[in-house]
Amino acid sequence: MLHHARWTSYWQAAPLAAVFLAFFILPLIVTLVVSFWSYTGYSIEPAFIWDNYRDAFDRCVESLPDLCTTFRTYLSTLKFCLTVWLLTLVIGFTIAYYLTFEIRSSTVRLVLALLCTIPFWTSNVIRMISWVPLLGRNGLVNQALMGAGLVEQPLDWLLYSNFSVILAFVHINTVFMIVPIANSMSRIDRSLVEAARDAGATGWQILSNVIIPLSKTGIAIGSIFVITVVMGDFITIGIMGGQQIASAGKVIQTQIGALQFPIAAANAVVLLAVVLMIIALLVRFIDIRKEL
Amino acid sequence: MKTTGKTTDLSRRQILKGGAALAGAAAGTAITGFPAVIAAEPVTLRYLSTATNQSPAIAERAAKDLGIKIEYVTVTTDDVTKRIITQPNSFDLVDTEYFSLRNLVPSGNLMGLDAKKIKLVDKLAPAITKGEIGGKKIGNQGTAPNKVMYLEGQNSKKFAASPTEWITLIPTTYNADTLGIRPDLVGRPIESWAELLNPQFKGKASILNIPSIGIMDAAMVMEATGKHKYADKGNMTKEEIDLTIATLIEAKKAGQFRAFWTDFNESVNLMASGETVIQSMWSPAVTAVRLKGIQCKFQPLKEGYRAWASGFGLPRTLKGKELDAAYEFVNWFLSGWAGAHLNRQGYYSAVLDTAKENMEPYEWAYWMEGKPAEKDIKGPDGGLLEKAGAVRDGGSYSERMGAVACWNSIMDENAYMVRKWNEFIAA
Repeated sequence: MLHHARWTSYWQAAPLAAVFLAFFILPLIVTLVVSFWSYTGYSIEPAFIWDNYRDAFDRCVESLPDLCTTFRTYLSTLKFCLTVWLLTLVIGFTIAYYLTFEIRSSTVRLVLALLCTIPFWTSNVIRMISWVPLLGRNGLVNQALMGAGLVEQPLDWLLYSNFSVILAFVHINTVFMIVPIANSMSRIDRSLVEAARDAGATGWQILSNVIIPLSKTGIAIGSIFVITVVMGDFITIGIMGGQQIASAGKVIQTQIGALQFPIAAANAVVLLAVVLMIIALLVRFIDIRKEL
Repeated sequence: MKTTGKTTDLSRRQILKGGAALAGAAAGTAITGFPAVIAAEPVTLRYLSTATNQSPAIAERAAKDLGIKIEYVTVTTDDVTKRIITQPNSFDLVDTEYFSLRNLVPSGNLMGLDAKKIKLVDKLAPAITKGEIGGKKIGNQGTAPNKVMYLEGQNSKKFAASPTEWITLIPTTYNADTLGIRPDLVGRPIESWAELLNPQFKGKASILNIPSIGIMDAAMVMEATGKHKYADKGNMTKEEIDLTIATLIEAKKAGQFRAFWTDFNESVNLMASGETVIQSMWSPAVTAVRLKGIQCKFQPLKEGYRAWASGFGLPRTLKGKELDAAYEFVNWFLSGWAGAHLNRQGYYSAVLDTAKENMEPYEWAYWMEGKPAEKDIKGPDGGLLEKAGAVRDGGSYSERMGAVACWNSIMDENAYMVRKWNEFIAA
């Protein structure tokens, strides 16, 4: 009987496992294999060479302490990643807290939660492009600032800058923090909060000793969403950065455009390794499986 | 829906059955490629190209004149190449740029078109076939079409040095590109490519972020500023690539560029919003800015133009009815109506004589002879393009195409160039 039940669960997991195998694991293996192949402008040839990885890290060691293209690209992407993660975490946590603990009526909570998803009713690209008439040199914000006499020249750094990239990222990704954190928070036993209050804890103490530790799973899941999206992005950085800011994704896209599949594959493997390292670091601090 | 017969009680099941039969019939007519069905069916050609060359009007007209159904497959420039190399059976006819032939022909996925089956083959514009206009040689640097026009055999992977009967691509459109400017915001005459990196336009310039084309624009600037004279701008040495990219990086770090663009709409938005006042541009994008009522000029420059050309190729596996239909369509395309349609958008057509017959004399005078418009110039959709009295930027066909300095190209050092270009973007 026990033996039988164990096999049942395998069968139940099989469809999803098959989908993952066909559409995730296999392509990943192909990418890894191709990253060692050689190429011409019109063909890729099976081989086992390290040239693509060498090209990806071209002159990275020799030119130290100056950063090579790849290091500089990853450093810039990591900076965006850290900034966006911090901002979405603070904003997302605050909104989730408000939704869970401050709103009494569950109907109102549902309506407000739905409001958070309104930006997702339109496409990613439209959401970003709509910033352009707002932040441009002749955009609404600059016109307002100049009209109010606050600045004399239009502010150029509002658009096609680090600022606009971060703004768009936060706008797009905060909801990925809100949902898992709110989910974790809604499962916190209210009597724990009451007990803490009865024991004389201040608001901050309740937050740091009860709510944050019990929301850790949500924070970790939200963080994984935000970090993987930002690390692999090239569209947001492209549009909002005026294509002047490098990203690992854009490098890969340019190489695919030039039919250099093996070197693009090598860069994709490097990117994957970097993202996996970040996530490994994250799950070292929070055991997601234990908390679920 | 009407029910017939004895029973008027039409059950839901019957309706469903009827619906299924209808759907089945509809699906049946959509399937082509089965000889049994084809007898009464028009042939469908899957036409792969960028959006630039795909006009619904041309497809409509071809259906009317030939009974051939054109099904457009729309992708970006890079993806046209990618499709030909990775999915050569996913189209029946491709309209691609000559410069990508250096990658396409060695792949062996295209076949040479038989010159004997192309009725107007002798009338193809000499600017493309020979690199000359009125017997005078024009710029031949880069992947000029005449260098890659002919194959040694129908299925050869080698370009022929002299004309043969196997043609790689039958030209569809070509043009001469230059910088676009906003005359109202620049406020003075612009005469040289060097102005793209002039610090006067700091934070207001843009270059296109398609490496193989962007590097050519950069090379035009390098020569204009006297920094370097290339043996062939379209085939740089590694040192020349280093030098060109170093100059671009220097300009980028000094804040010369507002943004880079990769597609048509981005270039229109940058110019129309005034974010940039001088940038690499394509002719129809300049028209699009003007249609918004904003001044924009496709500025002729003394160093000349960077030209491009695109043409029809056939996948090697094409045969039977589709192959015949493809030749029929290509011949129709050269016969005038389509050429006139393209000329009215500011492109140039492959066979000029037949296009001329399909245009009004005042249209021909404006677009091709560089004369002031006698009447208002209308676009292919009937919208007003230019008021009477306007003159085309750059003038006549022979003035514009005659001043070509180089052609879009794929360099021998393409892989190295792409890597350096990524360095420029990351700088």
